[in-house]
Amino acid sequence: MNWIDLSLSILGYIFIGIGSFFLLLASIGLLRMPDVYNRMQTATKATTLGALSVLFGVGLLNLHWMPKSMVIALFILLTAPVGASALARASYKSGIALWKGSVVDKYKEEKEEE
Amino acid sequence: MDSQHFLQEFSVGIIFALIASGFSYTHLSTRGLRNLSPRRIGWAIAYVPVFLWAMIKANLDVAYRVLHPKRPIKPGIVRIRTHLKNPVGKLALANSITLTPGTMTMQIVDDKYYIHWIYVRSEDEEEAGKDIKGSFEKYLKEVFD
Repeated sequence: MNWIDLSLSILGYIFIGIGSFFLLLASIGLLRMPDVYNRMQTATKATTLGALSVLFGVGLLNLHWMPKSMVIALFILLTAPVGASALARASYKSGIALWKGSVVDKYKEEKEEE
Repeated sequence: MDSQHFLQEFSVGIIFALIASGFSYTHLSTRGLRNLSPRRIGWAIAYVPVFLWAMIKANLDVAYRVLHPKRPIKPGIVRIRTHLKNPVGKLALANSITLTPGTMTMQIVDDKYYIHWIYVRSEDEEEAGKDIKGSFEKYLKEVFD
């Protein structure tokens, strides 16, 4: 019994560690990327997996929390990408230019057709 | 809260949710119970590992681009097309694209997706589409269409 508890909490802390690492990466990405769109990229991807991993680890530390933490994870998974798309589109529509190193902008043609 | 208490609340919640959806599914969904056919559910379950693996790859990709001293990015907005017809299916594809390597959906107009790509490998609709959608579209077509 104790053995199982011990290995579960070790696994839980490992998942929390991995999650925190990805969250750290997301914040470094926010600082290093050149424009708002690239920042959204690192921020959504890395924070989603980071948050999922932390929630899973918390669930392993105390198994009673597992169903709740999985429900929270599901909602993050469903809402984070929608939020990212909405923010990216809003920035585009309010006229924030792409970074000067960008190679192509097909969205501009669509806007001109409108 | 002890676990027995939790189990009671949980099962009562499930029962009431089933009753409520039993009354309302004809109004709230376009296809009713056909959404629950075993084939669709099977494909949806098969989609989960594919998606999780793509998400882990996406994060390693982000890690590489963030930590590399030269910051290897070549961003741009490309256009791809989809064969999916169902609006929920399109939303699922858009969300999947946002969470997978280097791509973020900006807008869907009919069958066109405008996608911000952190490292543009192809500006052609067909080629970019193959690269970005990967195997997602096949699974989502079975689940939603």
